[in-house]
Amino acid sequence: MSVAIDVDAGFLNGIRKIADEFAAVNADDVDRKARFPVEALDALRADGALSALIPTELGGGGISFEAVAAACFELGRRCGSSAMVYAMHQIQIACMTRHLADAPWFEAYLRDVARDQRLIASVTSEVGTGGDLGRSNAAVTPSRDGNATFEKQAPTVSYGLYADDLFTTLRRTPDAEPGDQVIVLTHKDQMTLEQTGTWDPLGMRGTSSPGFVVRAEFSTDQVLPTPFPIVAGESMVPVSHLLWSHLWLGIATDAFDRARAFVRASAKQRPDQVPPTAQRLSHLMSELSLLRAEVNSALRDFTEASATPDRERLSTMASILRFNNLKIAASEQAPRVCQGAMAIGGIVGYKNDTPFSVGRHLRDTMSAPLMIANERIHERNALLLLIAKDV
Amino acid sequence: MDPESGMGERVRHIILQHGRLPTDIQALEDHADLYQAGMTSHASVNLMLALEAEFDIEFPDAMLKRSVFQSVASITDALERLQVSAA
Ligand SMILES: Cc1cc2nc3c(=O)[nH]c(=O)nc-3n(C[C@H](O)[C@H](O)[C@H](O)COP(=O)(O)OP(=O)(O)OC[C@H]3O[C@@H](n4cnc5c(N)ncnc54)[C@H](O)[C@@H]3O)c2cc1C
Repeated sequence: MSVAIDVDAGFLNGIRKIADEFAAVNADDVDRKARFPVEALDALRADGALSALIPTELGGGGISFEAVAAACFELGRRCGSSAMVYAMHQIQIACMTRHLADAPWFEAYLRDVARDQRLIASVTSEVGTGGDLGRSNAAVTPSRDGNATFEKQAPTVSYGLYADDLFTTLRRTPDAEPGDQVIVLTHKDQMTLEQTGTWDPLGMRGTSSPGFVVRAEFSTDQVLPTPFPIVAGESMVPVSHLLWSHLWLGIATDAFDRARAFVRASAKQRPDQVPPTAQRLSHLMSELSLLRAEVNSALRDFTEASATPDRERLSTMASILRFNNLKIAASEQAPRVCQGAMAIGGIVGYKNDTPFSVGRHLRDTMSAPLMIANERIHERNALLLLIAKDV
Repeated sequence: MDPESGMGERVRHIILQHGRLPTDIQALEDHADLYQAGMTSHASVNLMLALEAEFDIEFPDAMLKRSVFQSVASITDALERLQVSAA
């Protein structure tokens, strides 16, 4: 137990150092140029952080999920885009490590990830189905030699051009229904990516997420044996919501810290008076603590539910509702905190080139409600509420 | 008709009405996977509500899982565990 805690602590020290020395110093340039945060990702690779979640038996770091969530928070405090890239990669890793049963190809693959620090991007959304994770158009299509192919029209693939591998949702066969999905891991040298658009968004600019037509030819071993709906319910959805929320909390925390630095600077100029902004800072602290409480309690709930036999609790409706609520609450609260920080700093918060700037924070967190549209999640919740008993 | 097949028929009828399957339910085996046959998660909730109404029961949360509504057989089994009689 204490060994595991030491390993986690050592990992997090390394992450904080990378966040300060590589993510923070490049964050504005990454944002301005909408470029991939190559410095932070190189440093994370050099540190072995891309395989943190992989068990030590497979050559990985054996780091706890809680520590990886904390890493997303720490990176988020310094560069939202670097944190998002790291979080998305870990989501893919979690989907594999949690569903390895009868998947020898994937065990060998995770060893490769650990050895070579391969970076994995995800292709779940699709032209035509939008953010509906539970339906695909593109299908695994048998080809000659017992191999398979697919072609998927992907509207948004973060760091698609920088990833070593893609994790793609597809219909099981060309005849399968849209909800009969599997997930497939393919390597760069098995694919062509035809870019279909540009990436010049409001925030999360460093995620480098244009659209692509992805074409691949691969061995059928590269299809994860567990059906995708189970992977999604027990892992991809809750893990995404948790890791995203942690980094949104990180961004909001840094916005709060910048507003606090601004209030302290004004207090030092007139030590005999409490600046009027101090009271607004107190209001903002309440908003931030609500966000932190939701994120922290969701992590505890997930850890407990993951430990139930067969992760039984994670497949209940109460659990689906719980992690959907986390996503909705955190994605709405994080930009609210950033906006509050901007109101405190006034013009120096609004300008992009002061120590109190929070424009990037606000823009980055504004992507949160639409990364899987909240209205889509509300629609699903509304349906589940008709039948769920304990919520 | 023995009671079990009677229950199976009632379950099939409700799936026909609410499962919104693109395939013919009568052509499916008792153990065939309804999700693979095209039942969406949305339709599965409608099916749960319809089963609760038809058999005048409430599925406890522990039963509201994908695996329980995966096939005619698993649904019949769940109803039996709730001690619904086919009469
Ligand atoms: C920074 C960033 C990075 C991303 N990276 C990736 C990636 O790497 N891989 C990937 O696959 N995807 C990625 N995405 C896409 C993301 O996961 C979502 O799929 C996408 O943002 C949803 O797009 P949409 O708004 O067109 O979709 P939709 O969900 O189709 O929503 C369109 C509109 O319809 C509304 N709407 C949808 N459903 C309902 C409903 N039921 N009731 C009422 N209104 C509804 C929404 O509110 C929205 O206004 C990324 C998105 C962002 C912002």
